[in-house]
Amino acid sequence: MKKCRRCTKTATFHVTEIHAEKAVAIHLCDSCAREYLENNDSPATETLTDLTSKLDQLISQSAESEATCPDCGTTFGEFRENGRLGCAHDYTEFLAELLPLLENIHEDTSHIGKRPMRTIIGPEEQAMLVQLRRQQQRAILEEDYETAATLRDQIADLERQLQGDDTPLH
Amino acid sequence: MQLAATSGEWLCGDGPCSDIVISSRARLARNVAGFPFVGKASDEQRAQIISQVNEVLNAPIDNRRTSSLDLTELSELDRQFLMERQLISRELARGDGPRGVVISEGERHSVMINEEDHLRIQVLQSGFSLDDCWQECDALDNRIESGIPFSFHPQLGYLTACPTNVGTGLRVSVMLHLPALRMTREIQKVHQSAQKIKLAVRGLYGEGSQALGDFYQVSNQLTLGKTERQLITEVREVVQRIVEWERKGRRHFFESNESRLLDLVSRAWGTLTSARSITSEETMHLLSSVRMGLQMDLLDGRDASLVNELFIRTQPAHLQHTYGEALPPERRNIVRASWLQKRLEENRGDNYEPR
Repeated sequence: MKKCRRCTKTATFHVTEIHAEKAVAIHLCDSCAREYLENNDSPATETLTDLTSKLDQLISQSAESEATCPDCGTTFGEFRENGRLGCAHDYTEFLAELLPLLENIHEDTSHIGKRPMRTIIGPEEQAMLVQLRRQQQRAILEEDYETAATLRDQIADLERQLQGDDTPLH
Repeated sequence: MQLAATSGEWLCGDGPCSDIVISSRARLARNVAGFPFVGKASDEQRAQIISQVNEVLNAPIDNRRTSSLDLTELSELDRQFLMERQLISRELARGDGPRGVVISEGERHSVMINEEDHLRIQVLQSGFSLDDCWQECDALDNRIESGIPFSFHPQLGYLTACPTNVGTGLRVSVMLHLPALRMTREIQKVHQSAQKIKLAVRGLYGEGSQALGDFYQVSNQLTLGKTERQLITEVREVVQRIVEWERKGRRHFFESNESRLLDLVSRAWGTLTSARSITSEETMHLLSSVRMGLQMDLLDGRDASLVNELFIRTQPAHLQHTYGEALPPERRNIVRASWLQKRLEENRGDNYEPR
């Protein structure tokens, strides 16, 4: 089921706008569709420039959906389709696109609640772990067990390092 | 499954406001740092996560022994049984690939593994006790985190597969029994007041489910930008108001139309104790009236805890577990009717007499 492009509710409203031979599909939920329709209420009064710029904006938004996470291979478009992100790094990779969405869902974009007691594993180390695990999977699939074993040791080393860095804060 | 012989503590029917509040729940969504989220994780990675969690939760939680279940080894009936028992979600029951659940004795704690997120840490209690649920959930989260690092972003908080859970990852919910508000059509008021502050009102089994047997779940929708305490306070305040409305609704119904109310409750009792074939939907509907009748002292029968238990035990998977084998629907309806009759007769007070 398609998700709304402005929030994560199920899309119930599907429009295809055609502009200069380019078709743009827009999927919206009930409430966002209402907003969309209200803003599109009076095409007669809208100047051609307004329309063009609105469509350009939509087209560039669909170009955004080609952005891909280097860690897990998830594209922003894929997230739009099924509403699920692929890994922690997606939040960094797609932050610019996600912030307005989070604002829409939560009316806020900053966490003020509980924090982990341990030192937080930095995004770089996390990304490194995900990448190593991905390479390890590939090696296993290709039956390259030597590489897989080396990668397994590297993962274990990194994990040990990170565990060693873990000084409880309280 | 050994759980079939017992009842979850959350069904015992005590705790604050237990005339209207069935249970309270807190759950945290967490993901293990360094692994892709469940949707992008390989079977091997998912199995690794399960074994890490099992290792940490091997020892008792609050002196309660834990048992770890591998969902891929359970029959469809067992999975449905756990879902009816509120220990796992529909998504985990119907999903595929390596996934599991760790449950503590008394079914107070359950940790789902590889649902939408790597971990869904849940504490479930009888009655209106959100603060207790949160404290226990918080402590269990700390314990798991001492052995497994979680994905955390300095600005966005705990990272989740779906952005609707990001931040605190906390969802608190209260299950309410609201027959009077439904009958007086004031249930709309509940929906409106909840929506106003972005709380969700759903049916018995969460998202997309029907309000069977007049059960409603109220929960927070926002998870980011507020502290856990703030989120809990918001839900608590709305629930307090709804409980008052429901009590007022019941009183009003009694004062303005006592004979109709007595008729409704007695008919429900009559059908439940004499039907020869009954669906689980009809059972839920009638038990709802009986539960309200017992809470209002309109039936000199037994305590409401029996009714709470019957709600669960007459569900399809529970019924088949009690019977000891899988049954086709028509046969289930017959078995359900005879079982209900037996249980209600056993628990009828000595001086029982419908008024």
